[in-house]
Amino acid sequence: MSIYNKEIECMDREALRLLQSERLRAQVNRMYRNVPLFKQRMDEKGLKPEDIKGVEDLYKLPFSYKNDLRDNYPYGLFAVPMKDIVRVHASSGTTGKQIVVGYTKNDLEMWADCVSRILTAAGADENAFIQVSYGYGLFTGGLGAHGGAEKIGATVIPTSAGNTQRQIQTMIDFGTTLLCCTPSYALYLGEAIEEAGLTDKLSLKAGIFGAEPWTEDMRHEIENKLHIKAYDIYGLSEIMGPGVSYECEYQCGMHVCEDMFIPEIINPDTCEVLPYGEKGELVFTTLTKEGFPLIRYRTRDICSLNAEPCKCGRTHIRMEKPAGRSDDMLIIRGVNVFPSQIEEVLLKINDGSTTPNYQIIVDRVNNTDTFDLQVEMSEELLADDVRSIENIEKRITEQLRSALGIGVKVHLVNPKSIDRSEGKAKRVIDKRKLK
Amino acid sequence: MEKYIKQLSVFVENKDGRLAAITAALADNKINISALSIADTTDFGILRLIADKPEEAVNVLRSIGVTAKITKVLAVAMNDEPGGLSDIIKAISEAGLTIEYMYAFVGKIKGRAVLVIRVNDPEKVLGILEKSGITVLSDSEVCDL
Repeated sequence: MSIYNKEIECMDREALRLLQSERLRAQVNRMYRNVPLFKQRMDEKGLKPEDIKGVEDLYKLPFSYKNDLRDNYPYGLFAVPMKDIVRVHASSGTTGKQIVVGYTKNDLEMWADCVSRILTAAGADENAFIQVSYGYGLFTGGLGAHGGAEKIGATVIPTSAGNTQRQIQTMIDFGTTLLCCTPSYALYLGEAIEEAGLTDKLSLKAGIFGAEPWTEDMRHEIENKLHIKAYDIYGLSEIMGPGVSYECEYQCGMHVCEDMFIPEIINPDTCEVLPYGEKGELVFTTLTKEGFPLIRYRTRDICSLNAEPCKCGRTHIRMEKPAGRSDDMLIIRGVNVFPSQIEEVLLKINDGSTTPNYQIIVDRVNNTDTFDLQVEMSEELLADDVRSIENIEKRITEQLRSALGIGVKVHLVNPKSIDRSEGKAKRVIDKRKLK
Repeated sequence: MEKYIKQLSVFVENKDGRLAAITAALADNKINISALSIADTTDFGILRLIADKPEEAVNVLRSIGVTAKITKVLAVAMNDEPGGLSDIIKAISEAGLTIEYMYAFVGKIKGRAVLVIRVNDPEKVLGILEKSGITVLSDSEVCDL
C-alpha cells in the first residue's frame, strides 16, 4: 500500500519530536500575542512563552474546552485577522449556539494534506473515483474529504448526504471506487444495494468511514455487504475536521498526523497525563494551524495511545478507536447532540418556567439511528383539544430540528411513564450497541 | 355566569392499559360518569368526561400519573325527537359562532336529552340560545340526574 508523504509519515521519532518542539514554541508565542483567552490562562499560571522549550514542557500549558468556543462565539479564539480567514465551519455546541472554527489558505492546504494521507493509505490515487457522501456545508465532513480527494487528483463525486436512490445510481454509473460517509449510512447503502441485487454492478474497492462510533462487527458487515475494505478515520472540527488520525492497511489503531497534532491521554478527573497504553481522555494540541490553533484541547473522547512501531512503516503514534465520552454528548446519525440543547428548547415551549420532564431514547433500526424524545404531558402543557396538543408536538419537533439539525420523533407521555429516579434523572437511554 | 358545567379533559397515552387504568381508578373512588367522549389521534387521545365529582376525579387521576384538567362546557337541553339537535346547531351556526366539539349525555335529565358543547365564545352562544328559547342547564341541574 502507498504512503502519501513518506518523509513525514515515516519520519524518525527523534526528528519528529524536534519538529514538534519547534512548532510548539512558535505557536505558543503567536497565541500568547494574538489570543486573549490563551494569554489570560498563561498569566493565571504565571507562565511566559519562553518557559515552553519543547514538547517536554507541554504538560505545563493550560487546557482548552468546548465551552471556550461557546463563550468566545463566533471568532474570539481566532489567531489571525478575519481577512486572512478564508473559510469557517461549525458544529454543535452544548447550547443553542454553534461552535465556530476558521481556516486560512494554508490551513486548508494542510487539511487536504492530512486527508490525502488517509485516502492514499486506503489505496486511492489520481485514478480513483471518490464519492463524498458526507454532508457538504458547515459540517467539516464533506468539504474536508473533498479537499483531500481533489489534492490527490482523484475524480471527486460530491454527492453530499441523502437521496439514497440517487447515491446508489451514481455509485454504479459513475464508477465510484472509494466511498466516504458515516459507517451507519454505509451499512444502509449496503443493504439497499443488496436488496436491489446490484452489488455486482459496483466498482467499489474501499471506504473511509467516520463522524460516529462504530464496532468491529459493523466494519465486517460493511465489508461483506459492499465487498470493500473499510477504513476508520477520526477527526473533530475544533482540531481540524476529518483527517486528524487514520488507519493504515493493518488496521490496528489510527495513526495521528503527529507533525500537525500532539495527542495526550489524561485522567479526566485529575488531569494527570497518563502513560501510553492507558485509557483516558484524549487531548490534542495543534502545531500548524494558523487561523484557529488550540493548545491541549480536551476532546472528551476516551481511548489510549500505542507507540509501538507499526508494520506499515509509519512512525506516527496510533490511537485506538474512541470507546466512549467523558461528557453526555451523543452522536446521532453523525451529528453531535447535547441533552442540554434539548432542554433549552423544552424550556422555551413551557414559557421559561420549568423544563418538562423528558427522556431521550436512541436506538438503531435497519442500520439507521432512531431518535425519540418522550416529554411529560404536564398540567401546564395540557390543552383541551387535539389540535392544540398536536401543535405542541409539532412545535417541539420543529424547534428541535432547527436547533439540532436532525429530526426527532416527539412523544407526549403520562407523568409516570418517565422514570423519576432519586438524584440525577436518567435523561438518555442509548440502546445502540456501539462497544 | 353560572351556566357552565365542569368537564374533565384527560390525556390518554396511546398505550395498552392506559384507558383501563383510568376507568378503574375512577370506579375505585366511586366517581360516577354521566357523559363521555374520546377524541383520538395516532399518538394519544383526549377523554372528556362529565363526572359527579370533577375535582376529586382530577386528584384521583393525578395520583395514578394521569394528567387531567377541568374545562368549562355548556349543557344544552333538547327534546328527544327529530329536530331537537338540529334546532340548537342551527341557532348557533346562523349567528356565525363555532362549536369546537360536542357529545351527548347517556341518560335524560327531567325527560329531556342533553347535549354537551364546547364553544369558543360561550357568552355569545348563551345569549343566542336563550333568545331562541333553548334551555341551558347549570351544574346543579345536571347533578340531579
